[in-house]
Amino acid sequence: MSTTEVSPASPLSGESQQPVVNDFSIQVATVNGSGSQTANNVLMRSIFQMGIPVSGKNMFPSNIQGLPTWFTIRASKHGYIGRKKEVDFLVAMNPETAREDVQKLDSGAAVVYDEPLKLDAVRSDLHFYPVPFDKLVGPVCPEPKLRKLVRNMIYDGIVAWLLSIEMEEVHQALFRQFGKKKAKAAELNWGAAQAGYEYASKTFTKTDPYRVERMNETAGKIIIEGNMAAALGCMFAGVTVVTWYPITPSSSLVEYLIGYLKRFRVDKETGKATYAVVQAEDELSAIGMVLGAAWAGARSMTSTAGPGISLMSEFVGLGYYAEIPAVIFDVQRVGPSTGLPTRTAQGDILSTALLSHGDTKHPLLLPSSPEECFQMAITAFDLAEQFQTPVFVMTDLDLGMNNWMADPFEYPTEPIRRGKVLTAEDLNRLGGFARYKDVDGDGVGYRTLPGTEHPAAAYFTRGSGHNEKALYTEREDDYVNNMDRLAHKFESLRAHVPRPIVDTRPNAKVGFIAFGTSHYAVEESRDQLRFEHKFETSYLRLRAYPFTEELRDFIRRHDRVYVVEQNRDAQMLDLMRLDLDVADIAKLRSLRYYGGLPLDARTVTDHIVLQEGL
Amino acid sequence: MSTAAAPPPKKVNRIGLEILSYKGSKTTLCAGCGHNAISERIVECFYELGVQPWSVAKLSGIGCSSKTPAYFLGQSHGFNGVHGRMPAIATGAMLANRTLLGIGVTGDGDTASIGMGQFMHLLRRNLPFIYVIENNGVYGLTKGQFSATADIGSVLKTGVINELPPFDCCALALQCGATFVARTFSGDKKQLTAILKAAIAHQGLAIIDVISPCTTFNDHEGSTKSYSYTKDHEEPLHELDFVPYYEEITAEIPAGETREVQMHDGSKLRIRSLHGDYDPTSKFEALRTLDEASRSGEVLTGVLYVDTTKPTFIDMLNMADAPLATLPESLTRPPKSALDQVMEELQ
Repeated sequence: MSTTEVSPASPLSGESQQPVVNDFSIQVATVNGSGSQTANNVLMRSIFQMGIPVSGKNMFPSNIQGLPTWFTIRASKHGYIGRKKEVDFLVAMNPETAREDVQKLDSGAAVVYDEPLKLDAVRSDLHFYPVPFDKLVGPVCPEPKLRKLVRNMIYDGIVAWLLSIEMEEVHQALFRQFGKKKAKAAELNWGAAQAGYEYASKTFTKTDPYRVERMNETAGKIIIEGNMAAALGCMFAGVTVVTWYPITPSSSLVEYLIGYLKRFRVDKETGKATYAVVQAEDELSAIGMVLGAAWAGARSMTSTAGPGISLMSEFVGLGYYAEIPAVIFDVQRVGPSTGLPTRTAQGDILSTALLSHGDTKHPLLLPSSPEECFQMAITAFDLAEQFQTPVFVMTDLDLGMNNWMADPFEYPTEPIRRGKVLTAEDLNRLGGFARYKDVDGDGVGYRTLPGTEHPAAAYFTRGSGHNEKALYTEREDDYVNNMDRLAHKFESLRAHVPRPIVDTRPNAKVGFIAFGTSHYAVEESRDQLRFEHKFETSYLRLRAYPFTEELRDFIRRHDRVYVVEQNRDAQMLDLMRLDLDVADIAKLRSLRYYGGLPLDARTVTDHIVLQEGL
Repeated sequence: MSTAAAPPPKKVNRIGLEILSYKGSKTTLCAGCGHNAISERIVECFYELGVQPWSVAKLSGIGCSSKTPAYFLGQSHGFNGVHGRMPAIATGAMLANRTLLGIGVTGDGDTASIGMGQFMHLLRRNLPFIYVIENNGVYGLTKGQFSATADIGSVLKTGVINELPPFDCCALALQCGATFVARTFSGDKKQLTAILKAAIAHQGLAIIDVISPCTTFNDHEGSTKSYSYTKDHEEPLHELDFVPYYEEITAEIPAGETREVQMHDGSKLRIRSLHGDYDPTSKFEALRTLDEASRSGEVLTGVLYVDTTKPTFIDMLNMADAPLATLPESLTRPPKSALDQVMEELQ
């Protein structure tokens, strides 16, 4: 029996329909709190295990249970892992959104849906596969209260049959997901997946063109969330004091970190922790603890999102002015204010770069991938201690909380750099020191740690005016000298931040500048422009603020440069304006997206096509 | 003829340091400010107990009181932070180096208004730390506005009368988890000294609320935080004598009439009650006595409460004995095998 209704005039009837292999996106629409995450991860992993490049993005509400959630899995033989705007294959499980979800689809898309929703009545130009989930779940799950959860695994079986996903891979992914401790739950769910597969094979005639075919593009790769990667980076950076206040989307960074620290950073001989983690009462306290700990010599960090950054403003100014290392992760979400707490953005760039009152500026590291989350976490700690200043690592919800395919991380080859710290022996040799004196010409003074066993070790740290010897001063010359040295220190930092990745194409008149997760849309858009419009572009991917010489060179080599970012006010472009000459600024164009979803390539391409008259 | 006598030997403490090693820079506070007396007592106590200056970290927030760490312990690292947020900085510092002896100085504005949240959470954590509140009921640096510890009916120089009830920092400290709670008066040298010494010996959070009159803005007729008001209304709970662990007991207070509190380091706080049989190990009695005193307008002073058994925040975190700050890379960066293991799990 097939209930797929296809009208003769429908574009679906064409027999010439070519199969679409390893190049489509699946969207699963569910209600949050229904346990669909497990089913979605199993589906994604199954495709990954078949060697096909894949990415998974969760679009979820700021809510615990009962609101709509969409999980998108993209399979791409070309290796594109950014968001694809069009949904090709919908699994409609949420009665609330099902009709709208179906209406949004492009003609020719496939829809697996819960039979009572009668979605086939909505449109006639789609491939419909109705599934009586409630009828199927009963026999495989005798326990009524578990049925709501197990029901989701049925669609994994259905989709596996429809897309030719091998059931052995589903089995492996499923048992891996549940782990050894939950073998019983895994068996139950496996039964559900099989029931789905069986139902589909007996019931459906496949009419849509989408399917997977085994490739060999994921061997040796890992799947990881950016927050997990950053957490690993912090642990291998040798973090010793971690403070935090829970906030979406950064909470999981510290939660993963706590897990890793418990596992790898408890001294086997003594059973004692080589770290301290404190859940603070708010973000003010979290950053205050970070500064207190770093002042006393710990490698300390906190992780937050926009609202936390706003609260940390005063303390960050103290960190800048009193010259105390700190590492702060900002997993950005949509602002202003509470904004859209579970949607992604790059909207804290300007406020963070210049966070706090008075003249302040702070280095920002801009990872694009899990590998860079890991690597830049380590770099951030080194820079913070070498330059005695707060360093921000700017990720976002998309990178932090979504699943990314990545290469395994490389173990750090360089030793930990603790910066200029004088010991008691150094003080014996030197006789004394002036905390804020620029001895080496890089603007960075020498510090001592509380507890250093020497009568000349102490100095007084303050956020009020101070001279080279850290003594209180309100003198004009002392103030100006100190501020100029801080500016010079920031200049010295330029040579040490991660350099941009530049791809200059010969004869390309137009360039892109992007950073963070905007990278994936730009990378794919460049290919779209090349293949669809024969339009070649160059690309500079920023990896840090302060900017480096490569930025100026890149702009000078092109006629027009599009700065792509996920905020309304062109914040990165605004920041560039502070650094660049007028002629360079005149070449910059802004390409912004700020709807809260990960930026997609088509949006970028459409903009360029329009602007460049292609 | 020679009249020159050999210079008298310099007076040193038990670790061979002169009192000069414990002094700070010259105070810039007003003449007669209660805070200066407190700074002097801090200098004396650390000197007399022979605490290594380099082992001390002194911290503060913002305000007149928070300037004072510059005026004592010049050979100790100091940190004058942001308004009301010293507890967070102190917590971080003590986690980074658990071997430090931490002392913080704050005021009533710093603690009971802008910093109330951090104060409460510091109490809850029982961080091993000495927290001195220099309490004068007004904002000095901004020229004399009421703070949240000002009593109902207290009058400003300008004639403004305070109508809101005060926070009692000692009562809050008792309720929220501090393990050493004392109130004293900057003008009561003997009591302040004994309390400071006991706080130095205490392992846990020591809250010392010191009534410290502001001679410029709150020392007039009608103020309830003036020298004369405090002297007239001070009601000491007991006489205190601190006996450090390294000294033979030669206490002034005759035995038999005293309670003795054994501190962690072996020192003893000997207490002769002047107030019935006041028991400083009873939180309930402390709260009741404080409440009674506030109803009758008395400024009750002394060690209100001490608990030497509760674990500190550092104990609870199961941290390494050595300072986290200086652990070697071999202990803070797990080996490559750890990363390989995690990577394999993610494949």
